[in-house]
Amino acid sequence: MKHLLLGDEAIAQGAIDAGLSGVYAYPGTPSTEITEYIQLVESRKSKDRPTDSKPIHCRWATNEKTAMEAALGMSYMGKRALVCMKHVGMNVCADAFMNAAITGVNGGLIVLAADDPSMHSSQNEQDSRFYAKFAIIPCLEPSNQQEAYDMMAYGYELSEQLKTPVLMRVTTRMAHSRAVVNTTDTPRAQNEMSMPQDANHFILLPAFAKRNYAELVAAQPLFVAHSEQDGHNAYTRGARPEKAILTTGIAYNYLMENYDPSMGCSILRVTQYPLPEALIAQMVKDGAKEVLVIEEGQPVVEELIRGMVPSSVAVKGRLTGNLPRMGELTPDSVRKAIGLEALPVNEKETIVVGRPPALCQGCGHRDMYAALNEVAREYPNPRIFGDIGCYTLGALSPFHAIHACVEMGASVTMAKGAADAGQHPAIAVIGDSTFTHSGMTGLLDCVNANANVVVLISDNLTTGMTGGQDSAGTGRLEQICCGIGVAPEHVRVVVPLPKNMEEIKQVLREEIDYNGTSVVIARRECIQTLKRHLKAAKRS
Amino acid sequence: MKKDIILAGVGGQGILSIATVIGEAALQEGLYLKQAEVHGMSQRGGDVQSNLRLSSEPIMSDLIPKGGADLIISLEPMEALRYVEYLKPDGWIVTSCVPFLNIPNYPELEQVLARVRAYEHHVLLDVEALAKGAGAPTQAANMVLLGAAIPMLGIEHDKMIAGVARVFARKGEAVVETNIKAVEAGFNSSVKCKV
Repeated sequence: MKHLLLGDEAIAQGAIDAGLSGVYAYPGTPSTEITEYIQLVESRKSKDRPTDSKPIHCRWATNEKTAMEAALGMSYMGKRALVCMKHVGMNVCADAFMNAAITGVNGGLIVLAADDPSMHSSQNEQDSRFYAKFAIIPCLEPSNQQEAYDMMAYGYELSEQLKTPVLMRVTTRMAHSRAVVNTTDTPRAQNEMSMPQDANHFILLPAFAKRNYAELVAAQPLFVAHSEQDGHNAYTRGARPEKAILTTGIAYNYLMENYDPSMGCSILRVTQYPLPEALIAQMVKDGAKEVLVIEEGQPVVEELIRGMVPSSVAVKGRLTGNLPRMGELTPDSVRKAIGLEALPVNEKETIVVGRPPALCQGCGHRDMYAALNEVAREYPNPRIFGDIGCYTLGALSPFHAIHACVEMGASVTMAKGAADAGQHPAIAVIGDSTFTHSGMTGLLDCVNANANVVVLISDNLTTGMTGGQDSAGTGRLEQICCGIGVAPEHVRVVVPLPKNMEEIKQVLREEIDYNGTSVVIARRECIQTLKRHLKAAKRS
Repeated sequence: MKKDIILAGVGGQGILSIATVIGEAALQEGLYLKQAEVHGMSQRGGDVQSNLRLSSEPIMSDLIPKGGADLIISLEPMEALRYVEYLKPDGWIVTSCVPFLNIPNYPELEQVLARVRAYEHHVLLDVEALAKGAGAPTQAANMVLLGAAIPMLGIEHDKMIAGVARVFARKGEAVVETNIKAVEAGFNSSVKCKV
């Protein structure tokens, strides 16, 4: 059947049709829609038509590490699991991910990392292919939505055959672009539950881990053979083979958008790693004197192939200035790299000014920042450590309220470190979902040291920035904070509304002046989810 | 047939609904389609755009090259100008003339509109007023704009109307009718402009 699907949705449908039993994820742009799509399919299944197909687990996880571990548990039991995250989520689950390469899998396991080159909605543009190389496991990098769909079934077969997790890497333009995708009429059934043949494989005591690692290392030539023979990587000898082009993933599309067959280059299209060494050797044998590497993200392949081709072959790409060193590729940058003239264009309109994103009108974060800014001004040198979420926009006009924002949970522990260094007041601002994702453990550090910090949890009862997904601690934040050991009288709750401004300011003053760890929860539902809830209520 | 379209606006204005209707009609026509969208942080009141590509031949890139777009459809006049580098020198700008004022340094509106008028191929419409005039709520302004773009889309008027009907069918007959009225209002005004 034909469907118009986002890349993310094609991945989700591909997983469902490949017999998926569970998807595990924490929301993160540009990966969120994969899990949302599976949730939608599941909710329709239960409501509209009773079906004999087994349910797919699809609840959001608290963070990427818990997601990765639960998926490994699903795989341990012989079933197919999918873990999805944005690129920086790979850092959060790295411990579980790296060691899943050592345990290997029972049921197929695909780790989906959605990279965000150009940082459209991220704090860096790290390339997840490094993680596959780091863990020495296979990596798939589909070049279009159809291939993303098809590669899910292939990836699960590969994972089960090679007994290894498989990393699938996509980027923003694939994840968030729609195209027509042909899906199968005969989806595969889920695996039955089955124990691993050798349970010791999952016990990473040094004795077992050494054996497993040796097996993984020994399997590398087999991984390369699959890259060379399974047909996803394709080499075409050109009429003028001294010029060769190597593309990976969606970079191929930008090449083909511009390419003129009369150029006669040899073209190697890579969508599966480890790199197909035999195809690269063939390209050299055919006479390549120059290889232009066009890849989305960091110059991973450009560095790798320098060790695979003779030094007489010039390797060109992002490192040599033929393509921009950073940022995502465009049809224009690739056009220039292959030596074609730019198309005639209109001049830029100088009258146009920037329009940065801003917190919604009526958003509770706004009232929270309004109160916090007023109180902070009463102290000579306040430091406010921000975190990842909509409320990061508090760094911009008109609030200019935060002095740091690094990664999930850093607000709490950076405030603690600053307090340890003698800073007062040291204030952390963190959202409810980010707090349960990675702030709770930092709060325990604060409590154990009785650090003089105020942790301001701006609780909008949802994961707002990614569009309003469930937040893991909703309704239990006070209990969680008290359970971690914050004195109950220093766990305060306020409602961020203009009419409560004086009360909020007073609570903040009291907790800043208290010499110890305190938590202030500013709680009001996200204005976007509220609208949705009111609409749904009206309908029913 | 090949049309490269840049849809522009401010996060939350509803450019993706325009894309959905064009996409629906294009699929019925058996055309190839690619549509790159913006999700995430920019959706919070920032500038947003979507690259919509339609073609009777397979499409490679998800992004439109600079100087490659046949048409900019924008719900906001300054946002239309943001993407002129992507427009073919003889391409069309179809835009609302109503500014979205959520920044302190928005330029003088008359100057913005003058810059739009400087392009030979432009349609500048008060889509909100046209929506009201057609008896539709202002939220249907995006459908007025869609209507205004129909003459440049390369998909027949009647097929676009059928697309609107299919996209809104789920919401009931009344919603379908209102949206079709909005589209027709835009179409009629645009045809006049084009002449």
